[in-house]
Amino acid sequence: MAENLERDVKQICSRNGNDRTRMMDIVREVQDRFGQVSGQAMNTIAQAVNSHRVEVESVVSFYSFLSEEPKGKFVIRLCNDIIDKMQGVEKVAEAFREELGIDFGESTSDGKFTLEWTPCIGMCDQAPAALVNNKVLTRLSSDSAREIVQSLKQNEDENRLLHMLGDGNNADPLVNSMVNNNIRERGPVIFADLKHGTAIHKALSMSAVEVIKDVKTARLRGRGGAGFPTGMKWEFTRAASGSEKVVICNADEGEPGTFKDRTILTEKPDLLFEGMTIAGYAIGAGTGVVYLRGEYAYLRPFLESVLAERRNKNLLGVSILGKTGFDFDIRIQMGAGAYVCGEETALISSCEGLRGDPRNRPPFPAQKGYLTLPTSVNNVETFCCVARILDKGAGWFAEMGSKGSTGTKLLSISGDCTRPGVYELEFGITVSDLLEKAGAEDAYAVQVGGPSGQLIGEADFHRKICYDDVATGGAVMIFNKDRNPLEIAHEFMEFFCEESCGYCTPCRVGNELLKQRLEAIIAGKGTPEDLDYLEQLGKTVAVASRCGLGQTSSNPVRTSLKNFRGEYEKLVRENKDGMQRTFDIHKALAAGEDLQGRKSVIYAD
Amino acid sequence: MSDKIKFTMDGVEIEATQGQTIMQAADEAGIYIPRLCAHKDLLPFGSCRVCTVMVNDRPQAACTQPVSPGMAVDSETPELNDIRRSIVEMLFVEGNHYCAFCEKSGNCELQALGYRLGMLAPRYPYMFNKHDVDASHPDIYIDHNRCILCGRCVRSSKELDGKNVFQFVGRGIHKRVAFNSDTDLSGTDVSVTDRAIENCPVGAILKKRSAYAVPIGKRKYDSQPIGSDIESRKAAVKQS
Amino acid sequence: MAKPKIATASLAGCFGCHMSLLDIDDRILKLVELVDFDKSPVDDIKKFTGRCAVGLIEGGCCNEENVHNLQYFRENCDILISVGECAIMGGIPAMRNNIPLKECLDEAYLNGPTVYNPSGKIPGDKELPLILDRVYPCHEVVKMDYYLPGCPPPADLLWQALVALLENKPMDLPYEVIKYD
Repeated sequence: MAENLERDVKQICSRNGNDRTRMMDIVREVQDRFGQVSGQAMNTIAQAVNSHRVEVESVVSFYSFLSEEPKGKFVIRLCNDIIDKMQGVEKVAEAFREELGIDFGESTSDGKFTLEWTPCIGMCDQAPAALVNNKVLTRLSSDSAREIVQSLKQNEDENRLLHMLGDGNNADPLVNSMVNNNIRERGPVIFADLKHGTAIHKALSMSAVEVIKDVKTARLRGRGGAGFPTGMKWEFTRAASGSEKVVICNADEGEPGTFKDRTILTEKPDLLFEGMTIAGYAIGAGTGVVYLRGEYAYLRPFLESVLAERRNKNLLGVSILGKTGFDFDIRIQMGAGAYVCGEETALISSCEGLRGDPRNRPPFPAQKGYLTLPTSVNNVETFCCVARILDKGAGWFAEMGSKGSTGTKLLSISGDCTRPGVYELEFGITVSDLLEKAGAEDAYAVQVGGPSGQLIGEADFHRKICYDDVATGGAVMIFNKDRNPLEIAHEFMEFFCEESCGYCTPCRVGNELLKQRLEAIIAGKGTPEDLDYLEQLGKTVAVASRCGLGQTSSNPVRTSLKNFRGEYEKLVRENKDGMQRTFDIHKALAAGEDLQGRKSVIYAD
Repeated sequence: MSDKIKFTMDGVEIEATQGQTIMQAADEAGIYIPRLCAHKDLLPFGSCRVCTVMVNDRPQAACTQPVSPGMAVDSETPELNDIRRSIVEMLFVEGNHYCAFCEKSGNCELQALGYRLGMLAPRYPYMFNKHDVDASHPDIYIDHNRCILCGRCVRSSKELDGKNVFQFVGRGIHKRVAFNSDTDLSGTDVSVTDRAIENCPVGAILKKRSAYAVPIGKRKYDSQPIGSDIESRKAAVKQS
Repeated sequence: MAKPKIATASLAGCFGCHMSLLDIDDRILKLVELVDFDKSPVDDIKKFTGRCAVGLIEGGCCNEENVHNLQYFRENCDILISVGECAIMGGIPAMRNNIPLKECLDEAYLNGPTVYNPSGKIPGDKELPLILDRVYPCHEVVKMDYYLPGCPPPADLLWQALVALLENKPMDLPYEVIKYD
């Protein structure tokens, strides 16, 4: 066994060119093959790629889909984001526990099953959902959970779990998934048809500078959430010194409540690749990388086939569409379960086979990105917009939306509404119009932009979805009167604590402290001073954290406190006698009483 | 062409060399910006965030942010010093820092920052997390209870010692420093003379048999606040 | 006018902070001019005789009696001060805080390499206060108003802080007296 391990791991490394920058692919393969990346495997990898064991350990310990400890043959990852909880995931969880005889975080003794929680897997519109290895299972119930376990015990094949396939390309044999697209509104930018190659053809008839000018004229801004002007980013990257440049597509759609890129990747991959190729031309890049989140691994074979087809059609490869000197190809880089990799510099680190730690800026990726090459990282949807802008014209695009926010936006809507799914709408739609479309007449709170965005109440429903008002990368989660804003905030703080890379102090420690104090308040043990504490601590995290994710990680507390202060005030109480309500003498005494076999006389009640 | 530029620190104009970080320029001008992860012999890292300053009203880490002509930097403001103290307090509650018996006490940069920034007690509750101690090496011991994850050992080993003894593993609150070894610290090629050992700002990495050599009262920060050495340059800068 | 009263207590501490208070030397005469001592190990008064202006608390809470005593102080003092590292963060006793209680007691009374305990039992007389699951810093149990760090806090710190408080002046404490060791 040990010899086999060494031989197989060496083979995996060698297949990846013994290249340490391909560490993600290496450790993912080792994990898939052996159900773990053991210490011995780390040593072998380190030797093969001329690195150090601790460097391999550093990577393996960072991503939640990788582990040094052995995992079962079937890893069941049940999504525990707030929407799944609202849809009754706890019952599903209980069924898994009972059926497997283990709790979450544990493996069965026969090594067959591991049961884990996982944050949002991009299926909020069909929750509760889970991953069984790479297979996505949606709309789970306690019954279906039992069936899943029984089927896996019997057949030992996750492919036999699907009784029904989803719509559109989800039914494609290469996707073979029960996921549904749930596209509710098709707009003219993303979901309209495009004849393959027409946008590239148009771009190639122009100079690279003219292409960038078009993108600038269209006033296209990044669709991931931050809203940086795409043309400007490309201009910087193009202007940076160096003959080799890189285009990266951020398909690490990890912001809870966001699942719009899932539908693009399923239904419009050509549009995306078209946009990336145009970016390659505009920037002067020869390499394109799609960083695909580990949770979307089920889409990979399909995407690879689309890429292969595009190579056949000379839409990728050497001298694309006969343009001498324009060589561009795209590879897919898999992630392995780390939200922070959605931050562009963390994503670059991950592509290079490192921990997904964000980097210091400057230098910006446009100057020094992937493998120190000038790099432009753009969102899936942004590339699609680019292709459409080239196809239909910058003026056509800029006419839609508002001045600062042109074009359409994909919104993924979930939660307490009758029509969850993906909507392509012009920028500038009000939150209340959106709620009407989604069938959420009794909305009480709306989380716009995911946990890193803001939780707004009715007073803000008149506001517009756009960069200058209520900005969002695409997530809209709806909550009705039965939901408690503090509990929503708490869910999201748990998420950020789990997903913080731990690099900088405010995000690593501050969020833990925020979560803890929020728990005390929810438990009815808070004081009015605790609200100041949350405000001040939340601000410190926002001001002093290192990356964009850290700077927004206290938003659940800050925005819920701002917009639902009354809910907080209902729960806190003045501490008049000076006794701390967070201190529970009976809890503190329980262990001692147990050990001594006697009860406290002082605290007899 | 001169590569000298000018910018203001707390309203006072200072001169800097293009390519310097704000911290390097401030150090040369005799202005101390509190810091923990930064070390003059190491590349900027930007992890502790104690050196947060406002650059044209935007927060930046002084250790990583390059100077630019005409920039307005605020550093010694009550707000920023409160944020700095707040970060120092976070580190105090995240680890288990028993100054009373720590060999580094009096020479510890975390403690010294607590003194300088006026911390009497952290405003945050202690976490009392469990951390390991590794005493396997004949000359060195490591107490993770005192580690503040500044990465100086990680970087010193790579940048100064030409080794690769330390690296971070895990993430979030579970992040810690691990060793390049199948077993423990004794399984690495670390040596007691490595810069990685001496550059630890706190009592997390210590040389065995060297404790308490300097009596209380004579230790580095007993009577001089941290940063005094940099601030003493100010007079010299003014004269020149 | 009656002098303000102060009280002191040593919870899970070593009495070192009290020793440090006595270290103010002849200034103790001036202190006695300023205040009367109420409940305190210094004068062995067991019960509060009246409301106190200031309570000085040494040590954290490791057992029920500490908690009870601390709550008693909170009820009877206008200002409560955590004096020293044990009151502030649990101090050396809090080193057990990340070890389960049973493991801790077993090591101390049964399994430790230097244990001599022919009875083979963990002390459990009902006169002994019940131990808590961990050591709690004072401010986790009751609201504390001030913190004077040190192990122990230097006599000068205690003196200057007390005088400032009693004379209602701002605490302007010099660098040298604020130490955590």
